[in-house]
Amino acid sequence: MSDARTLFDKVWNARVVVAREDGACLLWIDRHLVHEGSFHGFGMLDHSGRRVRRPDLTFAIADHYVPSHSRALPIADPEAAGLVATLRENARRHGIALFGLDDPRQGIVHVTGPEQGLTLPGLTLVCGDSHTSTHGAFGALAFGIGASEVAHVLATQTLWQRRPKTLRVGIEGTPHPHVAAKDLILAVIARIGAAGAVGHVIEYAGPAIRAMGMEARMTICNMSIEAGGRAGMVAPDDTTFAWLAGRPCAPKGAGWDAALAAWKALPSDAGARFDREVTLDAAAIAPTVTWGTSPETALPVTARVPDPDAAEDVARRRQIAEQLAYMGLAAGAPLEGTPIDRVFIGSCTNGRLPDLRAAAAVLKGRRARVPGLVVPGSVAVKRAAEAEGLDRIFTAAGLVWGEPGCSMCVGMNGDLVPPGQRCAATSNRNFVGRQGPGARTHLMSPAMAAAAAVAGAIADVRKIVA
Amino acid sequence: MTPFTVLAGRATVLDRANVDTDQIIPARFLRKPRSAGYQNFLFHDVLLQEPDFPVRAGTAAVLVAGANFGCGSSREGAVYALVDGGIRCVIAPSFGDIFAGNAAKNGLLTVVLADAAALLGGADRLTVDLPAQAIICPDGRRFAFDIDAFRKRCLIEGLDDIGLTLQHEAALAAFERGLPSWALLAGSPAP
Repeated sequence: MSDARTLFDKVWNARVVVAREDGACLLWIDRHLVHEGSFHGFGMLDHSGRRVRRPDLTFAIADHYVPSHSRALPIADPEAAGLVATLRENARRHGIALFGLDDPRQGIVHVTGPEQGLTLPGLTLVCGDSHTSTHGAFGALAFGIGASEVAHVLATQTLWQRRPKTLRVGIEGTPHPHVAAKDLILAVIARIGAAGAVGHVIEYAGPAIRAMGMEARMTICNMSIEAGGRAGMVAPDDTTFAWLAGRPCAPKGAGWDAALAAWKALPSDAGARFDREVTLDAAAIAPTVTWGTSPETALPVTARVPDPDAAEDVARRRQIAEQLAYMGLAAGAPLEGTPIDRVFIGSCTNGRLPDLRAAAAVLKGRRARVPGLVVPGSVAVKRAAEAEGLDRIFTAAGLVWGEPGCSMCVGMNGDLVPPGQRCAATSNRNFVGRQGPGARTHLMSPAMAAAAAVAGAIADVRKIVA
Repeated sequence: MTPFTVLAGRATVLDRANVDTDQIIPARFLRKPRSAGYQNFLFHDVLLQEPDFPVRAGTAAVLVAGANFGCGSSREGAVYALVDGGIRCVIAPSFGDIFAGNAAKNGLLTVVLADAAALLGGADRLTVDLPAQAIICPDGRRFAFDIDAFRKRCLIEGLDDIGLTLQHEAALAAFERGLPSWALLAGSPAP
């Protein structure tokens, strides 16, 4: 029996406080991020008369309901304003650090948490948001939780969990130019399906992952949940350590040396056993676009949407027909050339500086043929992008440059795609009604969304920039 | 939490895969307090589009669903909408992990059963016996199911698991003291 262990095994084992005979484990939580939507969890805590056990490990960040237009005025929507105020009040009452609306650290929790060095290798991190899987890019075990679990973590800094299974996704080879992390993860989800990783923690490995910067790894881990994964993880390496060094909350001095020694022992041992393994060749992946209402409906941009009549069984036929009807697409139509009404560039999936650079590289000197919104993932990203002049490239192309937040990915702040309109989006979900009732979403990379803006239609970025 | 033991009630079938929590409750209702009556938001937009949609608040206690039910967003509001709408048990081939966890915390039983709709689709009433781990059809057919032992106990006893956790205070405090220093916060967040 080998004692070789996976990255996940090492992080999990070091955080089990109590292991019950029935398999339930009480897991220590190192970092807890809360946002406006966490008010249900705070309400339960208050209702039970309990207090936050570790306010020093809890961070409150406004992102879901914040406006993308000017921050100079109060939030016009009274309910949204109320939720932002409630977050501020809950943070104050419980002594939790707040990155509020006017704070230079404000941003999407999954962008600003890593920027601050709150996310570190080997830690457990949770948030009442399914895209918490993002933080696994650093070799942390990070996952989304519901409101009751938010209340449980607030009160105890722990969670009851059953040990998940492990899935290794190996991405071999080198992607072609203009093929981004988003294309790779969409291809992974198409391959294993929207429920392909249910009950599993995914470890992404292989040369294509090792060659990626941290932002690209975050894009990959972010969408683990779209394959049903409990979490996604990447083993920490020199890229990770260089990115973290000097971050405000990262260890310093002798603490950094001790951390580094611990982190270097985290990668999966040679011969470690995974419950399942899947391998993809990055060189075989083209710029990728979704056609339907699940992220698993991802295809190369050169492909045609499916024809229900060609499906193998009745259930599949009906499923394809329903999705085509919602999306307003004809069976067997080519994806490329499908007219779009708007673009959205941003979100916790693709709202970081390299994402904005990739979009700007396509838009530079070109005009968008449709309206569009570009929303940086955090104030820090916004300032860095403006220092490089990216904002001027977007506005010169005719797009709107917004204030940081979740924005049109989920539309809670009122940034909605009107009914029946088609949006090329860099976000993570193309669900029915996700960007607004009747909205039609095509998921793609920042460069592909920029290409779609220039063409006014779903386009192959390789042809636009050629 | 309302304890769950044996449930006998009307069943309805939603035979489609990947029903995400955005469909179960659109995002714009998540800002509402629980007292607003989350049953009013259950499949709100789907019902506007599909008048014959089979899931409606107050019409069934058991929902027989397709694979990957409750995938996507972690919003517990999806569970509130189902529970406030009278659903106490969802039977499906698979569930979104976060949804299933949220369900258990609110007394909503999730039962994993392959081919759930094909096996149970003909029955308009079902009995769900959690202690015996069985689904029973009116014609006497019986289907056994597995469930995590801890989750089963919490559901049957209607346990407050924060209270349960705090029984482990000594172990928790010892663990807290033994954390490596690098895992704690090394500095304050800064601009």
